[in-house]
Amino acid sequence: MRVSALIPKYPEPETYVGRTHYCPGCGHATLHKILGEVIDELGIRKKVILVEPVGCSVLALRYLKVDGIQGPHGRAPAIATAVKRLKPEKIVLTYQGDGDLAAIGTNEILHAANRGELFSVIFVNNAVYGMTGGQMAPTTLIGQKSTTTPTGRMIEYAGYPLRICELLNTLDAPVYLERVSLYDVEQIARARAALKKAITNQIEKKGFSLVEVLSNCPTNWKMTPEESWRFVKEEMTKIFPLGIFRDR
Amino acid sequence: MSKLYMKGNEAIVEGALRAGLEGFFSYPITPASEIIETFASKYFADREREKRGEKPLYPKFRVFMQMESELASINAVMGGASIGCRVMTASSSPGISLKQEGISYIAACELPCVIVNIMRGGPGLGSIQPEQGDYFQAVKGGGHGDYRLIVLAPNSVQEMAEHTMLLFNLTNKYRNPGMLLADGYLGQMKESLEFPEVPIEEYEKPWAAGNMELDGEQHTIEFLFLTPEPMVEAKKRLLEKYKTIEANEVRYETYKVDDAKIIVTAFGTPSRVAKAAVDLAREKGIKVGLVRPITLWPFPYKIYTNLTSNQVDRVLVVELSFGQFVEDVRLGVEGRAEVRLFPKFGGIVPTEEEVLEKIMELV
Ligand SMILES: Cc1ncc(C[n+]2csc(CCOP(=O)(O)OP(=O)(O)O)c2C)c(N)n1
Ligand code: SF4
Repeated sequence: MRVSALIPKYPEPETYVGRTHYCPGCGHATLHKILGEVIDELGIRKKVILVEPVGCSVLALRYLKVDGIQGPHGRAPAIATAVKRLKPEKIVLTYQGDGDLAAIGTNEILHAANRGELFSVIFVNNAVYGMTGGQMAPTTLIGQKSTTTPTGRMIEYAGYPLRICELLNTLDAPVYLERVSLYDVEQIARARAALKKAITNQIEKKGFSLVEVLSNCPTNWKMTPEESWRFVKEEMTKIFPLGIFRDR
Repeated sequence: MSKLYMKGNEAIVEGALRAGLEGFFSYPITPASEIIETFASKYFADREREKRGEKPLYPKFRVFMQMESELASINAVMGGASIGCRVMTASSSPGISLKQEGISYIAACELPCVIVNIMRGGPGLGSIQPEQGDYFQAVKGGGHGDYRLIVLAPNSVQEMAEHTMLLFNLTNKYRNPGMLLADGYLGQMKESLEFPEVPIEEYEKPWAAGNMELDGEQHTIEFLFLTPEPMVEAKKRLLEKYKTIEANEVRYETYKVDDAKIIVTAFGTPSRVAKAAVDLAREKGIKVGLVRPITLWPFPYKIYTNLTSNQVDRVLVVELSFGQFVEDVRLGVEGRAEVRLFPKFGGIVPTEEEVLEKIMELV
């Protein structure tokens, strides 16, 4: 038998076309890839409308060949609300960073979740503002340095890291809230399964689903990719515990 | 044609529904709240009809939402417009300020939609009485960057309905957001109106997000450039469009201008007072006429240029603000005539006699 016959044949990716502009080792690229795979697997590519954030992934639609909209910083949930209600047959996704979703757009995500809007949210928590050069995010850890917390985040100045899954878990409407990460192969597989579940919930018209993905920003954290994933695993998960918060 | 009797705000709703509105997204504010309330009553009455197994009166009007803020409202409008639906939002001055970021994005992405501003007193929380202090905001930008809104200025309940319908046509024709700019009086005032059969123009939207299912192509609604060259190209296209609109869509009304030496000019509610004052002055044998812009952008500069190039040597501008509209009038007049401003602000509309007095001062 030829060795090549032993190598499983993977289908050509349709949605994810790769060659991203992200920094080496950045979680956005991995997340795009598994999101693309899930979309392919569910066979929904032509039905998807993805609302991009303003943040490093503002050009997500260059790498994910689906239809979509690039709105103002933080407003993706309002855009997605109208899209899904006007065209319920579409699969509507928002992809948002922690500045986008948990700072400037907190109102929009809270109300969309509270109304139980039938779209799915992919929320990338990398504890920093990547695109604008590493300022503090609402999710920045206590003591963590950023360009606007040069001596580390202090509670008396900036309060505590904001936990979105826990916050949304106080609402009645959401059906699925899970926090996953990408720090190793097993976590990536879990994240992939979570994405699939969130989208499947939408297909089955169950309700609002959000997957929070603990990710990294090696560039602004000033770490190597390996160090950054260790930081996610050892430090971030202490404040942002992984797991399912809601599954109805 | 049936005769109806209603508030200006209600007439907007009628007009929008007749124009085939599919989604309305808004947040309450005086003096615009009747718009969201009237939409709510129509929308939920239709849902009740459906529950009873009856046909809805407005089958196209599928989505009504009271959003959590004006930010959310305008962004919902952006979402609806991005997928090619006919959508609209309505508010009053402070709420319109909040929408400006979204309006700029909508203009950049060339999305047709209708935004209604029932102006109240400003700045700040101001008052709920009518003013026209949002003129600059509506006509000169308001949000960031180079862009233009098609701005219509109705002056009657009839026109509140008619212009709403017209604005759906214009915004869809040019893929551009448009604003209906009316002062609080027009929103609150009740008058009879006859429903005009403004023909509703349908335009193909092959660019809309969500069309991948139809043509297999990716459709993205975006306006972001990493290098100058493509942005220059995109902005040139926008500019060309704005020039086309300026060339084709200027609208205004003139009244008794043929032999006029003086013209009074105003938009919205003050234009009605001005018209009455013109009649009073004519009774005294004064050769005075009225120019009323209907489109505030594109602005009818030429009519001012033409009139002041001929017989007119005095222009009286009546507006409900410190004087914003007057600046465009001056651009049209270009120094050929004396331009006198009669500003009324703080929520008071001048009387015919007051305007007449100002006309007499110019004689
Ligand atoms: C209204 C507005 N304010 C600020 C900005 C600047 N800005 C762009 S992205 C961003 C934060 C991005 O951080 P995050 O959402 O965490 O995404 P990341 O880049 O880390 O993926 C900011 C503040 C903007 N584009 N618009
Ligand atoms: S700046 Fe950070 S979040 Fe942005 S691409 Fe680079 S590593 Fe990723």
